[in-house]
Amino acid sequence: MWPAQLRCARAAPGPATAGLGYGARVFDVATAAVEGALAAGARYADARVMTTRTEGMRAQNQVVESLRQDESAGVGVRALIGSSWGFFATPCLDNASARAAGAQAADIARASAMVAGPALELAPVTPAQADWSSAWEEHPLQIPLEAKADLLVGVTRASQDAGASLAGASYAVWDTERWFVSSEDARISQRIVECGAYMEAIAVGDSETQRRSYPGVLGQYGTRGWELVRELDLEGNAVRIAEEAQALLRAPQCPAGTTDLVLGSAQMALQIHESVGHAIELDRILGWEAGLAGTSWLELARLGELRFGSEVMNITADATLPGALGSFGYDDEGTPAQCTDIVRDGRWVGVLSGRDSAALAGVAAGGTVRGDGYSRLPMVRMTNVGMLPGTSSLDEMIAATEDGVYMDANRSWSIDDKRLNCQFGCEIGWEIKGGVLGRMLRNPTYTGIGPQFWASMDLVGNETERRFWGTPHCGKGQPVQTGHTGHPAVPSRFRNVRVGVRG
Amino acid sequence: MSPVGERELEICNRVLASVGDRAEAIVQVSTGRHALTRFANSFIHQNVAEDSTEVSLTAVVQGRLATASSTDTSDRGIGRLADGTVTAAGLRPPDPHWPGLAAPGETAEVDHWDQATWAASPVERAAVVRAFVDAGPGTGAAGFCSTDAVVTGLANSAGLSQTGRATVAQLDALARTGTSDGLGAEMSRSLGDLDGGRAGATAAQKARASADPVELDPGHYEVVLEPACVASMLDFLARAGFNAKAHAEGQSFVHLGEAQFDASVNLWSDASDPRTLGVGFDGEGTPHQRLDLVRDGVTVALAHDRRSAAQAGTRSTGHFSGDHAAGPMPTNLFLGSGTQSVDALVGAVERGLLVTDFWYIRFLDPKTQVVTGLTRNGLFLIEGGRVTSAVRNLRFTQSFVGALGPGRVLGLGDDGRLATGDLGALYGWFHHVPTLRLAAWNFTGGAKG
Repeated sequence: MWPAQLRCARAAPGPATAGLGYGARVFDVATAAVEGALAAGARYADARVMTTRTEGMRAQNQVVESLRQDESAGVGVRALIGSSWGFFATPCLDNASARAAGAQAADIARASAMVAGPALELAPVTPAQADWSSAWEEHPLQIPLEAKADLLVGVTRASQDAGASLAGASYAVWDTERWFVSSEDARISQRIVECGAYMEAIAVGDSETQRRSYPGVLGQYGTRGWELVRELDLEGNAVRIAEEAQALLRAPQCPAGTTDLVLGSAQMALQIHESVGHAIELDRILGWEAGLAGTSWLELARLGELRFGSEVMNITADATLPGALGSFGYDDEGTPAQCTDIVRDGRWVGVLSGRDSAALAGVAAGGTVRGDGYSRLPMVRMTNVGMLPGTSSLDEMIAATEDGVYMDANRSWSIDDKRLNCQFGCEIGWEIKGGVLGRMLRNPTYTGIGPQFWASMDLVGNETERRFWGTPHCGKGQPVQTGHTGHPAVPSRFRNVRVGVRG
Repeated sequence: MSPVGERELEICNRVLASVGDRAEAIVQVSTGRHALTRFANSFIHQNVAEDSTEVSLTAVVQGRLATASSTDTSDRGIGRLADGTVTAAGLRPPDPHWPGLAAPGETAEVDHWDQATWAASPVERAAVVRAFVDAGPGTGAAGFCSTDAVVTGLANSAGLSQTGRATVAQLDALARTGTSDGLGAEMSRSLGDLDGGRAGATAAQKARASADPVELDPGHYEVVLEPACVASMLDFLARAGFNAKAHAEGQSFVHLGEAQFDASVNLWSDASDPRTLGVGFDGEGTPHQRLDLVRDGVTVALAHDRRSAAQAGTRSTGHFSGDHAAGPMPTNLFLGSGTQSVDALVGAVERGLLVTDFWYIRFLDPKTQVVTGLTRNGLFLIEGGRVTSAVRNLRFTQSFVGALGPGRVLGLGDDGRLATGDLGALYGWFHHVPTLRLAAWNFTGGAKG
């Protein structure tokens, strides 16, 4: 009665001890999984052997509260029978277990056919035989733990000494290797190293708390090495955020009303993620995510002509940006990474797609299907969905604003299941009067309806203001998967926005 | 048949032997079968299953601790895990709040298990989906049917050991018209308890009834909240409120001994109740204690793990969340039911809203429990004690603790059942809750913003 995995043989060692021939052996495992599915009746199958090493540490008030190092390895296989999919995953990395996993995936696909959908094809992709790796200067798992702990403890000490009630700091590292094989003869190996860090200062008042984070509420992460963390200069910002958190407890509330709104690039990244990135996922548009994540206000029939926002709005989904968190060489269906126009001069022109959804929609495969580990079914995910720069500096935007509010650093985010009605809270705001920043404002919030909000955007930050934000926390799917997404963003101005919503 | 968790404990002991006297250690080994059949547009479009194994080790070297996990149970894999974790622990600064290992003691007598659910096939899950889809002719269907089974063993170098097992079967799905969605949800330890036809009929009825919604101006409305909404409220109260670490930091709303809730509110945690799910101990090996959190409206307790308990000078209540940084969290929550039927709750409302579900709730501030979120999957106007029309979804900005405050709870339903809330759907949390009638809810926006 014991789960089968306790009895599996293990022909393949973990990646940390990988030696010569490891890649060939795990390609054999993936091939066995595909062969198992085909032998059991699949008309198409693919398999990923995947190893993931992660490390994370968090300190609060000069104490390291947690240090985790996790490692997983296994194979996941997809089988397509008729128009029905099945997926099975196992941590057993031997050929016999992989072959059995392929057969189980086919059995599951057969059960799916009890409630079958319409005919399904896969958008064509030239099968690749390739090796790809992200780039790094300092591998983050080779930085001594003592040095990482010193960094986190040190910045929390500085923040606490500057008055923070609670000073927290953390970093996270991922080192992921994939070996992909398909029944169309694709054979791709890929390694992606990612890392980043986060820091916060919380001031606790009698009736509320105020938080300032750096570099943003979601931290900053990329497909880079530890050099990314060094460049963040956590030490140089620890005192400032502590002082701002305390100042917020004393600051006046953001007034309620309708006014012009300037958003910093960190907040713009989340605005883009929630109201553009999710809305353009083709699986949502097709209704496949209706059960949990919801659908989209975008109607496929209007692709190419629907107005998404003002004419200064230009958005791309670019999985090829070096160092950005949503970058890779090939997606988990073997489709090459690419740059896709999403919104051009305010018109909706593109989607995020996979091979099956693209075929149904009649578009080319977008190469955006990715799975969160070997045991999760690859699905449509954001790559680097971001804004192309405009012509204004942040200073010019503020100077051009007679009466408004400047907000940055997200504190709360909520959007409806069609990605229309959004409400965001930011950590900090400043009044703008006569083109000059004035008083600090606490609890700033704004709300709007997606296309009207984007239609009100009239100034877009220039190339100098552009930052490639990355967030590793995007939840989607059932079972829920966590995706790593990138968002190039610039400060932008919006006219006549409702601000100051409170409970 | 082998005793429950014997194989998992055997792996735990191999890990402890590999660590040896280099460190204090706690090991948990979980094996499982997880399967989820997902459907949309009335057909199964994703159908997944996995066999899982996870070995989690925390090693402590003179107050310096590190946690690591692996999927590799080979001797080589266990050796690497032990060596790597002990080394990592030795390289970090000491933790002044390390409370030490739990000593051998009470074992958890909980067994929320169904053998047939452990063995459930994709054909059985597809049959539940088929019944859901067939129960809503003329509507589209989207959702999932899942079965999960886990067997776990835990041991530490102080001699403590625990074993447990649990199964969970869940059906959570929508019936959809072109303009509305209706929710049908059931969960149990047994797949055999799920009735796809019943849930599908409920969802279809909701969807059809809300197919032609009216616009309603935002404002304060009396509300009748169905169990999915109430479960969402408990998600936030539990995570950030009854969390002893958050309380010690000043970030919780909790004031022990004060009547922070209406006198009709009773809230407790009890993993041993046959109506709930899951295993009976936490990741530190402490059995989940039956814990009263709110008694007749008075906040009386916090959930503790060993770390928060040591700092507060008390005992762990068995609610380690798995992350010391996040702090403890009460699980297996029960909100005491009342005696009124849902019809009676609705019948007592002169003008208000009946809410099926909430969506995308986020804190504006954890200390005040002010959140924003939206209604979903069925919102209805109540006038003169009866539902008169469907309403287009609304956004709210509301304090959850304020909404349940003294004088604010006007009725509790007799329909207590397991439900998942907005966060629970992401993290696998569930609570046993009834429908509530509340005096006021602050709706702050609608379809026009």
